[in-house]
Amino acid sequence: FVPGCFSVLVPQATPVAVFKLSNDFKEDPNPMKVNLGVGAYRTDEGQPWVLPVVKKVEKLIVADNRLNHEYLPILGLPEFRSSASKIALGEDSPAIQENRVGAVQCLGGTGALKMGAEFLRRWYNGNDNMKTPVYVSAPTWENHNSVFANAGFEDVRPYKYWDAEKRGLDLAGFLGDLETAPKHSIFVLHACAHNPTGTDPTHMEWTQVAEVMKRRKLFVFFDSAYQGFASGCLDKDAWAVRYFVTQGFEMFCAQSFSKNFGLYNERVGNLTIVARDADNVRRVLSQMEKIVRVTWSNPPSQGARLVAITLNTAELFAEWKDNVKTMADRVLLMRASLQAKLQALGTPGTWDHITQQIGMFSFTGLNPKQVEYMIKERSIYLMASGRINMCGLTTKNIDYVAKSIHETVVNVQ
Amino acid sequence: SSWWSEVQMGPPDPILGVSEAYKRDTNPKKMNLGVGAYRDDQGKPYVLSCVRKAEAQIAAKKLDKEYLAIGGLGDFTKACAKLALGDNNEVIKSGRNITVQTISGTGSLRIGANFLSRFHTEARDVYLPKPSWGNHTPIFRDAGMQLKAYTYYDPKTCGFDFQGALNDISKIPEKSIIMLHACAHNPTGVDPRPEQWKEIANLVKKRNLLVFFDMAYQGFASGDIDRDAWAVRYFIEQGHNIVLSQSFAKNMGLYGERVGGFTVVCKDAEEAKRVESQLKILIRPIYSNPPMNGARIAATILNTPDLYKEWLGEVHGMANRIITMRELLVANLKKEGSTQNWQHVIDQIGMFCFTGLKPEQVARLTKEFSVYMTKDGRISMAGVTSGNVGYLAQGIHAVTK
Repeated sequence: FVPGCFSVLVPQATPVAVFKLSNDFKEDPNPMKVNLGVGAYRTDEGQPWVLPVVKKVEKLIVADNRLNHEYLPILGLPEFRSSASKIALGEDSPAIQENRVGAVQCLGGTGALKMGAEFLRRWYNGNDNMKTPVYVSAPTWENHNSVFANAGFEDVRPYKYWDAEKRGLDLAGFLGDLETAPKHSIFVLHACAHNPTGTDPTHMEWTQVAEVMKRRKLFVFFDSAYQGFASGCLDKDAWAVRYFVTQGFEMFCAQSFSKNFGLYNERVGNLTIVARDADNVRRVLSQMEKIVRVTWSNPPSQGARLVAITLNTAELFAEWKDNVKTMADRVLLMRASLQAKLQALGTPGTWDHITQQIGMFSFTGLNPKQVEYMIKERSIYLMASGRINMCGLTTKNIDYVAKSIHETVVNVQ
Repeated sequence: SSWWSEVQMGPPDPILGVSEAYKRDTNPKKMNLGVGAYRDDQGKPYVLSCVRKAEAQIAAKKLDKEYLAIGGLGDFTKACAKLALGDNNEVIKSGRNITVQTISGTGSLRIGANFLSRFHTEARDVYLPKPSWGNHTPIFRDAGMQLKAYTYYDPKTCGFDFQGALNDISKIPEKSIIMLHACAHNPTGVDPRPEQWKEIANLVKKRNLLVFFDMAYQGFASGDIDRDAWAVRYFIEQGHNIVLSQSFAKNMGLYGERVGGFTVVCKDAEEAKRVESQLKILIRPIYSNPPMNGARIAATILNTPDLYKEWLGEVHGMANRIITMRELLVANLKKEGSTQNWQHVIDQIGMFCFTGLKPEQVARLTKEFSVYMTKDGRISMAGVTSGNVGYLAQGIHAVTK
């Protein structure tokens, strides 16, 4: 009898980069160290922030003796699903009024992407068609690739998006890839606050994207992880999603409430489905149930309850919007501050992209050697791509960071 | 036209269908015996007192909501492994297990299935007991495994077909995966006795099979945590490097919080590290990292001595109520004048009871008495109370006399 059946077969996997970065930061003894790799909001004291409205609602939940820990339905808490979809599509969305919107409560934005991907692989463009190309932006959140590949898609490819030279959107490249993509290809679009570049198409650019996608029958799959967090305004941040709905698309929108509710570890997400009519929605949801059942059976209740209560109670909803604006405003302040300091220092290059970009992340334009210098010589941790999390900046460390960027750019090419 | 014109309506879930039909019934005496969730003697959901206390403690700490690691809350996973394997288990001491937090039992089974599908390339076959939990098959199938079965339940005795099981297991090809229910077999409630477990363990070793234990009812079966984990611990002692799924849905009443664990017992700590790294790779594209709330509650209970003690008492209480209902049901059936042998109702263990009722009898029970249960004759004892057990006995007697 030979115990340990996996001795030869299980190789050590390389750790996910962003987590390794956090680990290295933790172990760095330098008191000046700054973590610009973290993907979560931080206050000006560099601390995590549990939203005041969340604290309030948590107390309500604890005090309510009618609540228990029973299973949610397979598709999740009904009040959560409908109010979450309303957030994305708008209260008066024609699609909602026409009863052609469905939703699946999922484990975070990742879970929503996963459910959507699994459904598409089984039911889109034929049955179990693994060959349908899935396009993700170049660059994109690295987990997009894994989610779709693990759902069985064999052809996950990049679409042109970031123009490194001009530090902005490569619209011509983007539109070009849309024009040449095989019909029915799936495109993962970032609803706002593109991760990692912070660069979003303008309204006009979105209309151009929509026109090609409609004409070429490409599938629209929005990833909306930062609604409210980007501009500070929920409706503004949902403009692209809502525009596509008015253009008559059947589409998916994966929503995350990790950042805009600060509910990271409660895993609160929603997959919003816009279809041609109620009957299609009904059939789609019945098949979604089958996928949910073999993955997690039913979703966790705590976070969904919290969000549902907040969204469905007028004063709490108002308070939440206010909390969201607080976070967005601090990020905007740090952007303006960093840009101004780099300008004042006379740091070579242009730094307007810092304030033009939007959301949590900024693609600084620092190259891998410069990034390595920042980490090794200055204990400032950022991704090899040059991506920084603006939330890692505070009024206390921004001078150090600005000076370090300056020194890096000047000394390292 | 729609992208989804060809999407068929999925067939209704057999168990959920029962609950839906129950909801629509207007008979005041109706009973829902399909539900797989514990109910108190008033038929109400039961939030454990130790859970409420743990929640209060957690609220007072004012913790943040930062992402957990992919493998989950460390305080939870350590305690979860200890609970299953025992405090002083050599496996834990030598660090040769990897235990990750999962989305309750389903999530654990799914991660396990995905892991085996990717890394256990010697065999594609998973052998389930006949019958098994309805969701086992679709989970493993969706992960790319093939499903086979070994004899388990004897409908003639409403008990364990020990010889039948041994016969079938002796023919399972080497290196195949065999699924064992650690205790309180779902749906039959029929568990092997310790001497029978020993023979099974021996045979499984001879056949060189990979053991996958599903333990969804630890504590809930006999009322005793250690007793219910006996088979798991015995197999490990005998040198089986098992994989194990645990759920805290029932034994802590944390159903909707989705608390579970998946454990791989490895050759050594080095292998455990490699396995851990691969489990993370599997988890990340599904949901990135697991939910905090339930794991924190479970960890608080498991790691706080007086809460742990209180929990043991409450689990014991739930198990006892179930056992009492079993006894009452049989007593009432005798009182009704039934001459059938209902001993199996008392011999079976855990939440479920395989009554032995045939589909036509089940249909009558539902139609004439508004007693809802699954077609296979399975009832959830959790839905039985001292207030309705007499009515249930009436109904069962009526359709079986």
